[in-house]
Amino acid sequence: MSAPASRNKLVKWIDDRLPVFTLMQHSAIDYPTPKNLNYWWNFGSLALFVMIIMILTGIFLAMNYTPHTAHAFESVERIMRDVNYGWLLRYLHMNGASMFFLVVFIHIFRGLYYGSYKNPREILWWIGLLIFFSMMATAFLGYVLPWGQMSFWGATVITNLFSAIPVVGQSIVTWLWGGFSVDNPTLNRFFALHYLLPFVMFALVFIHLWALHTVKSGNPLGIDVKGPQDTIPFHPYFTIKDLYGIGLLLIVYLYFVFYAPNFFGEPDNYIPANPMVTPPHIVPEWYFLPFYAILRAVPDKLFGVILMFASILVLFLLPWLDTSKVRSARFRPIYKQLFWLFLIDCLVLGYIGAKPPEGGYVLVGRIATIYYFAHFAFLPILGWIERPRPLPESISAPVIKGGAAKMMEKA
Amino acid sequence: MAHSATTAHGGPGPTAHGGPGEDRTRRDFLLYATSAVGVAGTALALWPFIDSMNPAADVLALSSSEVDLAPIAEGQSVTVTWRGKPVFIRHRTAEEIKAARDVNPGEMPDPQKDEDRVQKPEWLVLVGVCTHLGCIPLGQKPTDMKGQFGGWFCPCHGSHYDTSGRIRLGPAPANLAVPSYTFQSDTTIRIG
Ligand code: HEM
Ligand code: FES
Repeated sequence: MSAPASRNKLVKWIDDRLPVFTLMQHSAIDYPTPKNLNYWWNFGSLALFVMIIMILTGIFLAMNYTPHTAHAFESVERIMRDVNYGWLLRYLHMNGASMFFLVVFIHIFRGLYYGSYKNPREILWWIGLLIFFSMMATAFLGYVLPWGQMSFWGATVITNLFSAIPVVGQSIVTWLWGGFSVDNPTLNRFFALHYLLPFVMFALVFIHLWALHTVKSGNPLGIDVKGPQDTIPFHPYFTIKDLYGIGLLLIVYLYFVFYAPNFFGEPDNYIPANPMVTPPHIVPEWYFLPFYAILRAVPDKLFGVILMFASILVLFLLPWLDTSKVRSARFRPIYKQLFWLFLIDCLVLGYIGAKPPEGGYVLVGRIATIYYFAHFAFLPILGWIERPRPLPESISAPVIKGGAAKMMEKA
Repeated sequence: MAHSATTAHGGPGPTAHGGPGEDRTRRDFLLYATSAVGVAGTALALWPFIDSMNPAADVLALSSSEVDLAPIAEGQSVTVTWRGKPVFIRHRTAEEIKAARDVNPGEMPDPQKDEDRVQKPEWLVLVGVCTHLGCIPLGQKPTDMKGQFGGWFCPCHGSHYDTSGRIRLGPAPANLAVPSYTFQSDTTIRIG
């Protein structure tokens, strides 16, 4: 695996001093990738792609945005009406956030289905969750910036979550606000943090990929790579497959951008923020709905907040909660059913989160919340009682048993 | 270890579809086609980003200013703002006009006849930004230095402009620019 970099003198000169070419050769070209990856393994590169678009559009939006309560709303309208292609940049950024969450949710559920969080990928999983946390914070902060009614009341409600903390809660909220209500100091710092966090995320993604390239990708069978016959080089096989995935994502993404740009948004956010009037029905962005449903399922303020955070924190423990040695749900007959039930449960929570907290919705929300945690509580036991189906000997074993065996041996 | 030997082209060698030679040209074609489309697409996608930094519609809308000339006495100068820059309007005296027209433009760094720089001889309209590195030349106030040629003098690096706003001495390469303007009436102009 010598670096072909050495073909060119200048390349070699640089590479001897700073081995960027060797690094790229190892991690984007030679990187031995299991040959049986399916399309669910595309979503990591899709997330990276969307993140780059978010950072780019964000930087250009920031060039025309004013983080001041007196000007923020108007500056966004100016971006929409006056700035060349401002509407495009803003709609790419708005819908990009939704695409980002969509892609990352699928990425996470891929991990849940195929047991990607298990030994030796625990830290990879953790970094992923840290990225997810930063994403949520960034999305929340960004939603405040246009300073519409939903921005203002979203910011008020979410920052007030911290007031549930006993004793110091209110002081923390005042500190977050830099005042006694959500106001200009709040908007100003939210803008600074919204600009900062994506770069923190970018660094985390590097660590994520570092961990990935140390332990290597898992695969749909969930068994270890036994040797070179089980892998193919990343380039051109997965570069082209990832590009193809980007093409498909762009079709969906740009459909929303050009034909339904406000599909994911709330009309109320086109009304300038008014600290004196709360809109009758405030809902968070769709990607927060399941967590919002858990928050509202509990009649106690503090406990609701704790449960909401716990719903994400429990994912950090997953590598130890799941006691089964078998990674892929393909070979876990019971876990496979539970996976789909859990997915449906999350969708139900999302649906409930969008509904007003009254009547039957409250009851369904509570049952779905209990089921959410029951799922994780049951996993340790499941590992003991479930009888997994027999695992294949190796990734290429099913192929070798067929006609290709002799050719593979020759090669 | 088929793949480590052929990573550059990725094919697992002779076991791939078709013969090695045919395989190679088809792959090359696909590679070049994909790269070309990718590069062209990225280049096109970059344009909205670049163009968003150009003046926006509201900025362009500010780009004309109307000025009432009636209050400006002969020999007096006023400065108005146009596109965030100063515009010098001087109501020239007969001597100033004569001084501007009696010289041979051929000897100047940026030869131009005074007749080509004004619409009405008594009204000189100039963008008041030194063509060297962008300072605002002195000469608008009666107490200002006006330089060796009675027009304007840029204090930053010593450029002398004459009573037609032409560069006569100093590092500036070109005459003070004349913005596009129209006389709306005998006593009003619209700049831009
Ligand atoms: C900005 C967000 C993210 C980016 C850019 C990103 C990027 C990637 C990439 C490029 C891969 C390799 C390709 C693939 O397996 O799909 C990967 C793998 C992985 N990611 Fe992420 N990721 C992100 C967020 C997350 C989150 C939120 C989690 C989970 C909490 C996560 C968990 C994992 C795991 C466990 C793998 C290894 C999967 C396997 O090989 O079986 N990632 N990530
Ligand atoms: S900027 Fe006027 S002389 Fe240099």
